[in-house]
Amino acid sequence: MSTLPETARIPAGAAPVRVAAAPATASTADVPVEAEEVAFDIRNFSMWYGQRQALQEITIKISARKVTAIIGPSGCGKSTFLRSLNRMHDLTPGTRLEGTLRHFGNDLYGPGIDATAVRRRVGMVFQKSNPFPTMSIADNVLVGLRLNGMRDRSVLQERLEQSLRMAALWDEVKDLLNRPGTSLSGGQQQRLCIARSLAVQPDTLLMDEPCSALDPIATAKIEDLIQTLREKYTVVIVTHNMQQAARCSDRTAFFYMGRLIEFDNTRKIFTNPSNPQTEAYVSGRFG
Amino acid sequence: MSTPSSTSILPAPGSRFPNIAFKWAAGLAAAMIIVLIILVGWELYAGSRLSLSKFGAGFLWSSEWDPVAEKYGALPFIFGTLVSSLLALLIAVPLGVATALFLTELAPMRMRQPITMAIEMLAAVPSVIFGLWGIFVLIPWLRDHLFVWLKHTLGFLPLFQGPIYGVSMLAAGVIIAIMILPIVTSISREILRSVPNLQREAAYALGATRWEVLRIAVLSYARRGLFGAAILGLGRALGETMAVTMVIGNRPQISASLFAPGYTLASVIANEFTEATTDLYLSSLFELGLVLLAVTILVNIAAQIMLKGITGSVSSKVA
Repeated sequence: MSTLPETARIPAGAAPVRVAAAPATASTADVPVEAEEVAFDIRNFSMWYGQRQALQEITIKISARKVTAIIGPSGCGKSTFLRSLNRMHDLTPGTRLEGTLRHFGNDLYGPGIDATAVRRRVGMVFQKSNPFPTMSIADNVLVGLRLNGMRDRSVLQERLEQSLRMAALWDEVKDLLNRPGTSLSGGQQQRLCIARSLAVQPDTLLMDEPCSALDPIATAKIEDLIQTLREKYTVVIVTHNMQQAARCSDRTAFFYMGRLIEFDNTRKIFTNPSNPQTEAYVSGRFG
Repeated sequence: MSTPSSTSILPAPGSRFPNIAFKWAAGLAAAMIIVLIILVGWELYAGSRLSLSKFGAGFLWSSEWDPVAEKYGALPFIFGTLVSSLLALLIAVPLGVATALFLTELAPMRMRQPITMAIEMLAAVPSVIFGLWGIFVLIPWLRDHLFVWLKHTLGFLPLFQGPIYGVSMLAAGVIIAIMILPIVTSISREILRSVPNLQREAAYALGATRWEVLRIAVLSYARRGLFGAAILGLGRALGETMAVTMVIGNRPQISASLFAPGYTLASVIANEFTEATTDLYLSSLFELGLVLLAVTILVNIAAQIMLKGITGSVSSKVA
């Protein structure tokens, strides 16, 4: 286990989408393996909380309009990685980073890039549903649009319905739009939060263990929803639940101790992983 | 598990007594508070019986206060108490909430502790010191600068008309505001700190700027608690005595102008209690005390009702 950097290497060209985990192979990652549009092009990305390094030289290409799952044991850096994709770490004092992180060609941490503009394009759904308690269901969905200065009532009305439909919540709440967002059940609240993220029309949605507080039925609804979101959005989902990753993602990345161990098609990760550590994790032998 | 006798679910002999004793002791302590309020109310009522029988309910709306003619009315004092306290709230609540926002959301970490300590020290300054400072520093400055400016720019309002003496309702409002600022700030700070970080992140993730996050995630979440902070400040303001007496001018009158002197319930009791030579005079002062107690309780009840009205419909499920 301690020889992790050695085992972390994946043979070049072994996988349809492959990314080097160690700096030694980083240069070969320049060659696009597939013709898919790349949403996130991340190279040698490292990050520190104070003295502690949380991410080590992550190099990965996340395809647009696919669902990418990030799995790994607690503390492996998967949430940290996810939150670096929309600059949520800007809010935590004492963080430091190296490497580049491009989103559709834009260097997200480059000079002159406004974090609020980044977050409008890269939305986020959290582990625990967090609707604004003083706002109605409609206001919760529209708050982001209103922040952007949208006042046109017909547009707001249209976007409200569209977002709630997209989040598979419209039929359940269309007659309750003025009720407080917190009056909904846990699963509905989480879908409300998804609708809220979608209303500002991002191109990417980050989900940080979105089902960990939900019962199986609510979880199934969110997973179905993720399937439909894939048509329009790039989805990156962090999950503790390997069945969930297997069920609803196209690609899976396995993180361990701040490193990207393996990244490949989900089917391959779960049936025939290249790396023994990945195999040990997905078969439940550790983590 | 193999020796049931040693892990009996029955209480050991004698172990019930401390439980019961503690329950009764705690209950007694809680009951004392209610008994005390009732006793205070009763004493005030007993002391004011003479005045109650002489003036009846008219005491409340009479604005005459003439010890020589033995005529007493509470209205100017009720007016002075309410107006000076509301002025203080108008100044202290925005300032206190803004300070609390700065301390919890904006200030660099190493600045937070010193500023918090400075605010807590403000709370430790004795009332009479504020009064002296009011007389010798604040009032001359208000009289020569702020009041002149207000009269010049907002003089078309009745609030800012009439002669400027310095001692005034507005000066009292400013002094009380400074005195309730620490409690408003420190309670607001606790309230804001209790806003879950997840709320802030939700707003940030929508592309909100820092100010927008404060508005949609922090302040709206905390509004109920902030209202509570204002009410606690009001409770202090209504009863504030010493410093107010030194700056308000102590004239029992009702004037629309904030530049005019006034008088509060607490001030008149403190000021005239020693010179109350007749029974009726003393009894009237007692009744003012009763009125002050009633005003304080009524304001608090009204605030509770308003609080329910504001937040009951939407955030009732937030606990």
